[in-house]
Amino acid sequence: MLVNKRIQSGIKNTVVYVLMIAVALVMILPFLWMVSTSFKEMGQVLIFPPEWIPKPFVIHNYSEAWELAKFNLFFRNSAIVTLLTTAGQLVTCSLAAFAFARLEFPGRDQIFLIYLATMMIPTQVTLIPLYLLMKQFGWIDTFSGLIVPGIFSAYGTFMLRQFFIGIPKSLDESAVIDGCGYIRIYWQILLPLSKAALATQAVFCFMWQWNNLLWPLVMTNTDSHRTLTVGMQLFKGQYSIAWNLLMAGSVISVIPILILYIFLQKYFVEGIAMTGMKD
Amino acid sequence: MKHMTKRKREIIAGYLFLAPNFLGFLLFSFLPVLASVGISLTDWNISGQFHPVGLENYRYMFAGDPKFYTILGNTLYFTLLYVPIVLIASLGLALLVNRGYRTVIVFRFMYFLPVVTSAVAASMVFQWIYNQEFGLLNYLLGILGVPKVAWLTDLRIVMFSVVFVNIWKNAGKLMVIYLAGLQGIPGYLYEAAEIDGANAAQKFFSITVPMISPTTFFILITSVIDSFQVFEIVFTLTGGGPLDATRTLVTYIYDMSFTRFRMGYACALAIVLFIIIFVFTVFQFRLQKKWVQADV
Repeated sequence: MLVNKRIQSGIKNTVVYVLMIAVALVMILPFLWMVSTSFKEMGQVLIFPPEWIPKPFVIHNYSEAWELAKFNLFFRNSAIVTLLTTAGQLVTCSLAAFAFARLEFPGRDQIFLIYLATMMIPTQVTLIPLYLLMKQFGWIDTFSGLIVPGIFSAYGTFMLRQFFIGIPKSLDESAVIDGCGYIRIYWQILLPLSKAALATQAVFCFMWQWNNLLWPLVMTNTDSHRTLTVGMQLFKGQYSIAWNLLMAGSVISVIPILILYIFLQKYFVEGIAMTGMKD
Repeated sequence: MKHMTKRKREIIAGYLFLAPNFLGFLLFSFLPVLASVGISLTDWNISGQFHPVGLENYRYMFAGDPKFYTILGNTLYFTLLYVPIVLIASLGLALLVNRGYRTVIVFRFMYFLPVVTSAVAASMVFQWIYNQEFGLLNYLLGILGVPKVAWLTDLRIVMFSVVFVNIWKNAGKLMVIYLAGLQGIPGYLYEAAEIDGANAAQKFFSITVPMISPTTFFILITSVIDSFQVFEIVFTLTGGGPLDATRTLVTYIYDMSFTRFRMGYACALAIVLFIIIFVFTVFQFRLQKKWVQADV
């Protein structure tokens, strides 16, 4: 009986593993394909049947793509836009989330409702007027135009508020008795306890900004401020048959996000679990 | 500051903490929404003057634009295909990796990989995978003896190809949310069911499904919103073609505003899109009482 059960669970485990591996193949096949192609010579790319391990194995696609697609410039632009937007969001959203979660003032709940409502409005609705506003400000094709509108996120405020609410209020009440001001409660109590939520927010924001296509596409009209996504889209149009170069470019564009994810992944899953959907 | 009452200080602090975000929010989110409604009532084309035209843009949309219904239909078709499949796929992924083993972390990472990839990079890879002559998919199918399929040019098939890439890209993100939901189910429920002799399927349908229904509801709402707004994969994979077969509302709005400069009409389209999403969301909130477990 016991042996039977052991065999049964052994079979079950095997089935689960086979399934996990099969799904993983579907999920990562495009990546393997992308990486493999990025190391091929042009002539190797279209060989049938496809070869997974490039012969010969070349790395010059990377330097070539880097040059042709002006990655020096676009990579720098993407880094500037993404880092500053993420930093800005963490500051304004955590401040607002603190006000929503911890302080009582007239109109608070009404304002919060307006935040929630605008989350439902497609960004495309605001796209055109926002573009016009940027034109008024003289911010078309500038970093300000790419960064500033992105740092006031309703989504981020909402997420951090949910997290702050979960932190026991007794902690800051005792601080008030000790004579701490609100700034110190925010800075010395809530923020250090919210590392998971802040990390999650940072990953989300970074990922979204790094991969964002629509806004930079609309906002830039010269190479000087174009981001990687826009650069890649243009590159794709110009070199539509140079698959090996395109794939090398794609690999380069994915790497920063992968690194960030690996570093922050333990916070990341925890952060989503803590904010929960049951609130 | 010293002689201010505690209550007064709290109110002032509240406004000050809120101010940076709220001012930016008003200027860059709220004001543009109002402006959009205003522009949709004009025939403005970016360079000329604003001429108020009343509801003419809306009339043209429903009674004059030969493409509008096709595009609206495509958007609904996309949503109808995408939402149910992505819900099932992401729950399936979550169940698969909701285990204690160490190795599972590696699988979670692999399932999450598509989420972190930019749509542009993903589309490039898939354009090639889908390529009729040299693509990976037709090669693999060829081994099984299936004739070559025109994944991106056959009008009947191309929407499925687009939907698949979107599912591939988003399932990992929803999986993480489902994982959070699954971890909230208390283990004793399953133990009790086992004692009662329930099999795996019974446990799944009478414990797991109802217990994660709030998570499912959240995923359903956000996925419907996302799919009505689908843009990047469509724009980079097919550009809306062939023959508008995959053109969705947002790609059409982009086209109208930034290649044809018909801003007034584009704003009207955006407002209609908003109303559709809003109605769907309210409708889902109404239906929620029928299937979402309260108080779990």
